[in-house]
Amino acid sequence: MTQKQRPLSPFMIGPYYKPQLTSLMSITHRATGVFLSVIGAPLLLWWLIAVGSGPGAYESMQSYLGGWLGTLVVIASVFCLSFHCLNGLRHLVWDTGRALDIKTAYALGWAVLVGSLLLSVLLLGALL
Amino acid sequence: MSMTNPLAKARGMGSAKEGVHHWYAQRASALLLIVLVSWLIYSMFRLSGADYEAARAFVSQPVNAAFASLLIVTLFYHAMLGLQVVIEDYVHHPVLEVVFYFLSRAGAFFGMALGIIYLLKLALGA
Repeated sequence: MTQKQRPLSPFMIGPYYKPQLTSLMSITHRATGVFLSVIGAPLLLWWLIAVGSGPGAYESMQSYLGGWLGTLVVIASVFCLSFHCLNGLRHLVWDTGRALDIKTAYALGWAVLVGSLLLSVLLLGALL
Repeated sequence: MSMTNPLAKARGMGSAKEGVHHWYAQRASALLLIVLVSWLIYSMFRLSGADYEAARAFVSQPVNAAFASLLIVTLFYHAMLGLQVVIEDYVHHPVLEVVFYFLSRAGAFFGMALGIIYLLKLALGA
């Protein structure tokens, strides 16, 4: 079956729309989710394996994570976890059909952004 | 001549009637992760500055090992479902899409297995 090339609505991020808090947080939710899946969850697993393998493995893990790259990965993982969890709550509220009007969506968006930065600082204070 | 009703023909085979499962599973695992990640945050504070022995004692404790194993399973499950949507949305190459899909599933199941085995090893003191 041949299909006509019908016009598509432009993607939310790009030259067609002004950047919006809602669309930027939506794509950040995905990006942080991918980061947590590919880096964060394996990092947690690495910690468990190190603890299960003995003091030597634990020490070498700590020296890796104490380096500049390790520290950067820990900081990024903690921020992604904080953001994805709090923004995930926002999505779960939306899924019940509530808080969907623009004013509330923006207010909750800012709350999530500030909250995730605060939670990140608290967690990094405990971890680093 | 086709005996199919024109409306049925236009509609094709209809939906697979199972699309809601993925959506539901993603949310159900998210709700579970609220509890489990809260435990993770609690344990990060508990283990702040802890040495190896303290960390080992903490995760070997049965209730903590139970929380940790549920966390690992739910986390990798939720990650697997999320990665699937991202792959479906952004990877338009037919072979690569299947390869990434397979790798995300295989990786998630391997992560679950590895996590549970190490937690059992710790909890049983082997």
